[in-house]
Amino acid sequence: MIHALSSTLTWVAVGAACWALVLVILDRPPLPGRPDGYAYLGLLVLVELGLLGQAVIGFVQLASTDRDVSGLSFGGYLLGALLILPVAVFWSFAERTRWGTAVLVIGALVVPVMIVRLNQIWTAVPRG
Amino acid sequence: MADLATTTRSGPGRLLIAVYAVFALAACARSGVQLATHFDRAPLAYLLSALAAVVYVVATVCLARGSRTSRRLAVISCTVELVGVLAVGTASLVAPAAFPDATVWSVFGQGYGFVPLVLPVLGLLWIRRTARG
Repeated sequence: MIHALSSTLTWVAVGAACWALVLVILDRPPLPGRPDGYAYLGLLVLVELGLLGQAVIGFVQLASTDRDVSGLSFGGYLLGALLILPVAVFWSFAERTRWGTAVLVIGALVVPVMIVRLNQIWTAVPRG
Repeated sequence: MADLATTTRSGPGRLLIAVYAVFALAACARSGVQLATHFDRAPLAYLLSALAAVVYVVATVCLARGSRTSRRLAVISCTVELVGVLAVGTASLVAPAAFPDATVWSVFGQGYGFVPLVLPVLGLLWIRRTARG
C-alpha cells in the first residue's frame, strides 16, 4: 500500500474522531446548515475520497503484485472501509443529540482500525 | 410519549446499535473469509465465528426495529452472545488447541478490546431500561 496515503488517512480520521468527541462533550451536533457542521461534513467527505483513492490503488496493487496476498480479505477491507462513514453519517443524523454525534466518533475510529488491518494483511505472510 | 421503537433506537440506543452494526459487519466478513478459504483448518472455531456473526446481525436488526417481538429476539440474541463469549472465552483459555485461529469471542473478545464481552450486557440493560418507559 502507499504508505503516505495510509498514514495521512489514519491521522485525519483520528482527528475527525477527536473533533466529534469534542462536539459530544459540548453537546453540539455538527448539523448541516451551520458553518462548523459543513466543515465537519467536508472533512468526512475528504476522508471518504481518500478511502476511494486507497481502494482504487489497493486493487491495482493487488492485481499487479507477485506476492501471495489474501485477496479476499484485502479486497473486503478496501470496500468495507468505504461503507463506514456514509452509514455512520446516515445513522447519526437521524438522532440530533450528543448520542448521534457519538456515532460519528465510532465511525471515524473504525476507519483507522481498518487501515491498520489492511496494512497487516498486505505485509502478512499467508498461512498454507 | 414516544413509541417503543423510537425509544429503543434513541439516545444511548443509537450508539449501541451503531457499535452492534460494526461488530455485525466485522464478524460477518471474518466468518465469510474463514468459511470460504480455509474451513478445514478449524471447523469448530469457524462455525462458532459464523454463529457469532448471525447473532450480531440479529441483535443489530432487532434493536434497530425495536418492536415488541424484535426486542424479545434481541434479548435472546444478547443472551446467546453473553453465553457464547463466556463459553468460548473460557474454552479458548482451557483448550487453546481447539482454537488454532482466533474467533471474535476468543479470550473473551480480547482481540476486539473486550467489547464483545461488554456489548451484550449493555444491550440487555438497555432493553430493560427502555421497557420501563
